[in-house]
Amino acid sequence: MIKALGYFLEIIRGSIITTRHFVVNMHFHFMKLFRIKTKRKGAVTIQYPEEKREIATRHRSLHRLMTNKDGKPRCVACMLCVTVCPSECIYVEAAEDPDLEVQKYPSTFIIDLSRCCFCGFCVEACPEDAIRMDTGQIEFAEYSREDLIYNLEKLIG
Amino acid sequence: MSETIIILIKVVCALVWFLLITLYLTWVERKESAVIQDRIGANRASILGIRIIGLFQPFADAIKMIFKEDFTPRFSRRFLHNLAPFISFFFVAITISAIPFGDVLRIGGQEIKLQVMDINVGLLFVLAMLSLGIYGIILSGWSSNNRYALIGGMRGAAQLISYEVALGLSLIGLIMVYPSLNLSTIVHYQGELLFGWLPKWGVFLQPLGLLIFFFAALAETKRIPFDLPEGENEIVGFFTEYSGLKWGLFMMTDFMEVLIVSTLLTTLFFGGWQVPWLAADGFHFPWGSEWLLPHGIVVIFQVAAFNIKVFFFCWLQILIRWTYPRFRYDQVMDLGWKLLIPLSLANIVATAILLSI
Repeated sequence: MIKALGYFLEIIRGSIITTRHFVVNMHFHFMKLFRIKTKRKGAVTIQYPEEKREIATRHRSLHRLMTNKDGKPRCVACMLCVTVCPSECIYVEAAEDPDLEVQKYPSTFIIDLSRCCFCGFCVEACPEDAIRMDTGQIEFAEYSREDLIYNLEKLIG
Repeated sequence: MSETIIILIKVVCALVWFLLITLYLTWVERKESAVIQDRIGANRASILGIRIIGLFQPFADAIKMIFKEDFTPRFSRRFLHNLAPFISFFFVAITISAIPFGDVLRIGGQEIKLQVMDINVGLLFVLAMLSLGIYGIILSGWSSNNRYALIGGMRGAAQLISYEVALGLSLIGLIMVYPSLNLSTIVHYQGELLFGWLPKWGVFLQPLGLLIFFFAALAETKRIPFDLPEGENEIVGFFTEYSGLKWGLFMMTDFMEVLIVSTLLTTLFFGGWQVPWLAADGFHFPWGSEWLLPHGIVVIFQVAAFNIKVFFFCWLQILIRWTYPRFRYDQVMDLGWKLLIPLSLANIVATAILLSI
């Protein structure tokens, strides 16, 4: 009997917790409704498409290819990123550059984002700092897989 | 002729009130659970870009439910399978006819009772109809020919016998205090005053009865602390084989039961449409002052009081649903047979002794 009474008290304590959450959160919601500034909000969630969370500077987002001052890609088609990529999603075709300083440049540079796992190894491997993952862009969903295959123009632009 | 029209209007009004609030209870449940869990909840449904904190959500849900495929499995008993949700829906929907929304409304020399049917045995009628609702659940579990659905239906039946006795017995004390089975008469009795200042509500005269009735009624709604027939995470429940609108009917029945239990709690234990110290001609406060009001205002006060009390109990039930985990199968039996029934019997004896003194 005493045990049952103890359970009953615990049950009431549980409902007090949820009631407290309800009352406190409703208080903040009403404050927001009347445009009164408060220290915290009624909900801890973020209303995603309208409100966005700030991305950390070292967050690995969509890749971009860096360019030289003359607008050509910095990449020298050394194939290090292709070698290191664990998802094997980078495809580079080298071509000869008439400029003796450069000698090699990528005629095609394709990243298949549907395979990419955003590990950032390509950025680490690159000796020329030609590829970076700092665009801050994280929304690039597409309706078809083909649209996720990014070529040179898309990666530079 | 005018009698018939008045009855028709009353039926339509009561049903619209009932179904509309049931529809919005689905939204309230989502929102309230969100607020309890520090979330925001359903607020995306919009018409032409206008979204008033998600108030269109129930309609979006209804449209989705209507356009979903209504699938009847090949191995089910087709007739009973189709019949079950309607039985379960009908028997709950019909109970609203016995609930008094307010006192009489006088328009043009005519007295209209704000109650669809003033049945002499209204309380028995409501209890009987609520118990018949279990037929839908047992039938749906049985006719689906699915093992899990069958377990759900059987659990529903086992739960029924453990709470239904306590549900009936807990109200006997109340019937002894207000000697009537007529719901409007019970509400009228609750308008009197105790010691000259305390309204004679059931909660003050029958606190133990209220507690037992509340527990048993929670079991009646078959929602989370007592959701054995469903048990989403273990057996899915008696509606495993239902989809589309028929599943929607089961879900509506759930919320309708919440609403009906709230109206019953209000009517039986919290004075129904009674506002403390409000008589037919205005407020008569116990400290002697008076505030006389015209008839129309008094009726509005009464209906508003009824609605506020009902909404409070809907809120409380949703809070309970989002607070507690599910009772185990044997725990419900223990609670029903070992705790609630002896307590309700003790309540009857105590009430009888107090009444005879």
